[in-house]
Amino acid sequence: MSGTWHFILAPGFFANHEVVNALWVSTAIAIVSGLVGVFVIVRGQSFAGHALTDLGATGASGAVMLGANVWYGFLSFGLLAGAGMEGLGSRIRNRDVATGLVLSFAMGLGALFLYIDTQQANATVSMLVLFGSVFVFNPALTPLVIAVGMAALVLLAILYRPLLLSSVSPTLAEARGVPVRWVSMLFMFVMAAAVEDGALVLGALLSTALLIGPAATAVRLTARPGRALVWSAAVAVIATWAGIVCSYDSYYWPPYGRGWPVSFFIAVFVLLFYLAARFVPERSRAVERPSLQQEVKVP
Amino acid sequence: MDVIGQPVLQLHQISVRYGDRRILEDIDVDVFPGEFIGLIGPNGAGKTTLLRVILGMLAPSTGQVTLAGKPTRHGSQQIGYVPQKIHLEPDTPLRGRDLVGLGIDGHRWGMPLPNRSRRQKIDEALCAVNATRFADAPVGRLSGGEQQRLLIAQALLSDPKVMLLDEPLSNLDIRSAYEVVHLVSEVAKSRGIAVMMVAHDMNPLLPVMDKVVYIANGKAVTGRVEDVIRSEVLSTLYGYEVEVLRVRNRIIVVGGEGGEYGLLEPSDRSRCAGEEVAAP
Amino acid sequence: MTTLFAPGLFTQPFMLNAFLSGTLVAAVSGLVGFFVVIRGSAFVAHALPRIGFAGAAGAVLVNINPMFGLVAFALAGAVTMGGLGKKGQHDVVIALTLVAGLGTGALFLKLSNTYAAGAYALLFGQLVGVSRAQLYTTIAIAAVCFVVVALLYRPLLFASVTRESAHARGVRVGAVDLLFLVVIGVATAITVPVVGALLSFSLMIGPPATAAHLTHRPGRAMALAAIISVITVWIALVLGYDTAWPIGFFVAALSAAFYGGAHLVSAVRRGGEAVSSL
Repeated sequence: MSGTWHFILAPGFFANHEVVNALWVSTAIAIVSGLVGVFVIVRGQSFAGHALTDLGATGASGAVMLGANVWYGFLSFGLLAGAGMEGLGSRIRNRDVATGLVLSFAMGLGALFLYIDTQQANATVSMLVLFGSVFVFNPALTPLVIAVGMAALVLLAILYRPLLLSSVSPTLAEARGVPVRWVSMLFMFVMAAAVEDGALVLGALLSTALLIGPAATAVRLTARPGRALVWSAAVAVIATWAGIVCSYDSYYWPPYGRGWPVSFFIAVFVLLFYLAARFVPERSRAVERPSLQQEVKVP
Repeated sequence: MDVIGQPVLQLHQISVRYGDRRILEDIDVDVFPGEFIGLIGPNGAGKTTLLRVILGMLAPSTGQVTLAGKPTRHGSQQIGYVPQKIHLEPDTPLRGRDLVGLGIDGHRWGMPLPNRSRRQKIDEALCAVNATRFADAPVGRLSGGEQQRLLIAQALLSDPKVMLLDEPLSNLDIRSAYEVVHLVSEVAKSRGIAVMMVAHDMNPLLPVMDKVVYIANGKAVTGRVEDVIRSEVLSTLYGYEVEVLRVRNRIIVVGGEGGEYGLLEPSDRSRCAGEEVAAP
Repeated sequence: MTTLFAPGLFTQPFMLNAFLSGTLVAAVSGLVGFFVVIRGSAFVAHALPRIGFAGAAGAVLVNINPMFGLVAFALAGAVTMGGLGKKGQHDVVIALTLVAGLGTGALFLKLSNTYAAGAYALLFGQLVGVSRAQLYTTIAIAAVCFVVVALLYRPLLFASVTRESAHARGVRVGAVDLLFLVVIGVATAITVPVVGALLSFSLMIGPPATAAHLTHRPGRAMALAAIISVITVWIALVLGYDTAWPIGFFVAALSAAFYGGAHLVSAVRRGGEAVSSL
């Protein structure tokens, strides 16, 4: 019996302080990402969400260059980039391409910073920024990271109704007196907080997984916003836990003693959930069909 | 106008079903050369579905579409198609004449080789729709009406016998809508092309329409406007009381034009009361 | 002059490889990117190189030519996006395919011990990124890309600007979409060793977006995009040789600078028109 148990959970899992800390932080991050992600999907802002982490990576590598903790770089650049994209976005007409070019310039800069980092310090730093690792996460930052996540959730709760309305029908929202521009700007900040938190666990390149995957799964399962939020958070947490457990166990997998990255497992679990949700037959959702994903036309 | 000869396009007993849902039922329409037909009906009545059947993009559950006596096939050059709208960024490097040129050979492989007859054909089509003035401007910066003219020119270039227009007026202001209708009618008449224009408001079409096909509830009535657009005919079609009002040369269908509401059975509506409605 | 054209710039054998392959991938990126910009597929162009990167990391792990891994993963990514994208929300499918690819890449990197140096080069591009053997592969793939883009030109343009009309005229729009995704995939696969996985999309959208500001004619815009792209890569290679900074940084910076310049030019021009038409 204990043999099977050890097969699922390698010995010493809960005894390890780093692991327990990682579990706490990443659970909080998963919940935040899952909840925020639902709105990212409804608003069709996957690219923007993804761009935020890439821009955050530039900040993070800049922070390393200056000798500060990556977290500050992630967060400051993420918020700045969110404001910039929202501010420019409505004025630039060719939005996708403009986002891409701003993004590519910032990432070029990030490449340079990372290059300088690798010259100054050891090269693993840059890989840590890009691919992350929750096990080397500095415990002193835990309260701050969780606080930022909670702040994002509080803001999301306040924004909930106007945000939903202006996501589904901006014209109607405007007619009802919702300050649509402010709502989307504030949501950008919420999104930035979520993805930059996620970048600590998964790395800049992969925090999109937690933001988009669980939420995309959830909106496939239900068309009711409240339920979608619950599903999304649940999927995010389960994928994260499973990822951490597998990653911890993988020290006993070949090649022995090296360990497989958490981000790999989380990305895989998230994808599996999404694919499974696609097999849920349409009919069970048919009644609720005029769904979140479609823009509602206002007469 | 008097039409002579054989119908160019015939819809015979067309039905479309998805499972138990009947989208279209027993649609019969004869279209004669040079005729202007308005395909009118509320949103969701199956107008676009019917166009897709005619274009051969959707096989009907029963019935047949024939063009000049032969069954239609997908991709036929004899049917010109004008979509509702162009979605292009203002900076897209594409001029009006490039868009129109796609109507000649856009479906072929390879790059287009510049040659005089191709250029001439394009110029002619541009001239026919009064688009020469903005032929060299980027398409993404043109107004909805100007873009619509280009799309019509594009459809003209395959020398079609029938032209299908899918809600070409829905994004236009009233003035441009009337202009587009007149233009289509003139060009088509002069070339003997039959026109089938989809619209949810029939008023801009009234001056030029030879025949109306009114679709609601998946069924259709076909005939001259004064025979079809009458309270008793449309009430039978909708299955409940609707009223046709004629106000200053305008026709208003009361109770029918309300789009989706027109499709709801009265009992459906009463069911909504007291039932839990999904958040928000 | 010696600081700009440092000794060995044109004589080092690896620089010759770099210039040859750089020129080819730049031209291909310009041509393919023209359609990427018209279709607004920036996210796809952003995602596929990174997925290709994962393949390259895997190839390094099992000790085969990274180019094979790049091509295989970029192709698989393109096909996955095409297949899943039919029913799902487009950008969601792209994002998820991207994270699946990157996750696998993270695994490959961790397992092989090249966590730093090798991966770094693939992410940001380097001068010695292309070996003699890879140069031949690059030439072959670039040739295929040229041919396919030339063949697809009309139906792809048709399907990109008036999709419904193209479909009605018998263009198999689904097949054209998928084929184009595959072209983006292989084009990025050869770009990654030179420019790097993180930044090869700047080469694919920067020069075409710049060209679109300078001309309205599709053929010219395409040619101009290829030219701007080639110039960008040449300058980046020279500066990369002089400074030893990553090539990707210069490509991204130059693309953005050219785009900004063209934006200004066309704004001034349009402003002039507006004034003169008053």
